Amino acid sequence: MSERPQPTIYPETQFYWDGAKEGKLLLNACTPCGGKAYFPPRPFCPTCGSRDVAVIEASGKGRLYSYIINHLPAPGYTPPFTVAVVMLDEGVKMVANILDCPAEPEALTLDMPLEVTFEQRGDIAVPQFKPAGGAA
Amino acid sequence: MSRASIAIVGAAETTRMGKVPELSQTGLHADAALNAMAECGLTPADIDGVATGGHDVAEIIQYLGITPTWYDGTSVGGCSFITLVRHAAAAIETGLCKTVLITHGESGRSNNRNHRPIFPSMQQQEFESIYGPLFPPSRFTLPVMRKMKDDGLTEEQLAMVAVVQREWASHHPRATMRDPITVDDVLNSKMIAYPFRLMMCCLVSDGGGALILTSADRAKDFPTKPVYLRGMGGESAEGPMISQMESFSSSKAFRVSGKMAFDNAGISHSDVDHLMIYDAFAHLPIYGLEDLGFVKPGEGGAFIAEGNTRPGGKLPLNTNGGGLSYMHSGMYGMYALQEGVRQMRGVSPAQVEGAKLSVVHGVGGMFSAAATVVMTTEDQW
Repeated sequence: MSERPQPTIYPETQFYWDGAKEGKLLLNACTPCGGKAYFPPRPFCPTCGSRDVAVIEASGKGRLYSYIINHLPAPGYTPPFTVAVVMLDEGVKMVANILDCPAEPEALTLDMPLEVTFEQRGDIAVPQFKPAGGAA
Repeated sequence: MSRASIAIVGAAETTRMGKVPELSQTGLHADAALNAMAECGLTPADIDGVATGGHDVAEIIQYLGITPTWYDGTSVGGCSFITLVRHAAAAIETGLCKTVLITHGESGRSNNRNHRPIFPSMQQQEFESIYGPLFPPSRFTLPVMRKMKDDGLTEEQLAMVAVVQREWASHHPRATMRDPITVDDVLNSKMIAYPFRLMMCCLVSDGGGALILTSADRAKDFPTKPVYLRGMGGESAEGPMISQMESFSSSKAFRVSGKMAFDNAGISHSDVDHLMIYDAFAHLPIYGLEDLGFVKPGEGGAFIAEGNTRPGGKLPLNTNGGGLSYMHSGMYGMYALQEGVRQMRGVSPAQVEGAKLSVVHGVGGMFSAAATVVMTTEDQW
């Protein structure tokens, strides 16, 4: 089986992937907007345009916002597998697979609590999510 | 009283559609362009504006032997051609050119081409496609489970979109899929990306289409029945990362584009006789009906399932069968425009009796962009 896809990392997003290697989910947050997080990373706020932004560590907690169960092929994946959108407690959405959870509608309840985990792909650690507290 | 300023005087699809292995993608553009020029009595020497999406506009210009004073290569996906209608209208209105050819060609099935039609997004690759949603059926569908929970949209209602559009396609000799289907057929078709089955997903075809636009005062000199633009349409974009949509139940780009098109045409929903909403997947007409304001948020699925958009219904929608049944080359917007023109010319095989006003609305990418135009048979209103 071929390898799962690797992200192409750019200078503005290097911190995000460096953080993942250390087991941290890092986000950008805008100082003038009261510390409001945004995603994906960029060195300015997409709401107000300010360059006065910080890097914060996310709680790693979120909920299942939406998903599909993918039956199409993808390198390194065995269909069917879940592609989800996770709503982080920080109020931003991101795509992830749901690990440690069957790819079945019965096991995937919208708004179920999730927690971050990290999947190693070569030298890269990819943020992923799994049911919070191991419940599934 | 307002007078139309821009007219569509030429409109044609490729000679063949579906599987066209004998033509390259460039050749599909040219076949459609030659058909459109022939029906309104023009040659490449008469064209001074050229626009296309998903393909180098300069290549089309050279291949057809045109010397333009204006061109536009806006490439935001399947609605590019709807966007280009309004860009062309603005160019004609401001005197940048007089006669615009908009071409589309796409070898979506035979793949006789050397590039994909949509620019790859750097952030989409870095933060979405690494998780495995590599194809439109597993990306475009990502928001829908949320909408189902929040709005009560059901799998049966999604299936009904395909069923109703197949009814329309049965009238069209050129539609790829014409045999009637049932909700059970759709729900029992192959699972692609739960909750989406094969019959909720568009076809993959070869084909093309072309439009020729000029000023309304010149339109009467052409042998074809002019189809006028009412207002200058609308466009907007939200971006290629579908996970970053502001709402998963509604497209901001649809709302902004639709409102602009309705406002500058000075029309209300009850003025609309015929409607095209780009349907790459079964949920798109539902989002479109809601975001254009034909129904309230959350009511689109029931509106279609109750039969309002089927033949004989009060709002004829996607009367060629749409991307689900007519054809879908990859950037379907051109075919939605072609059916709008046929309806305004009164020549659609699924003609809506007495239709005088058509709204054509399209999506680009996966809810990335949107465009809307309003066509009418009338040169003043």
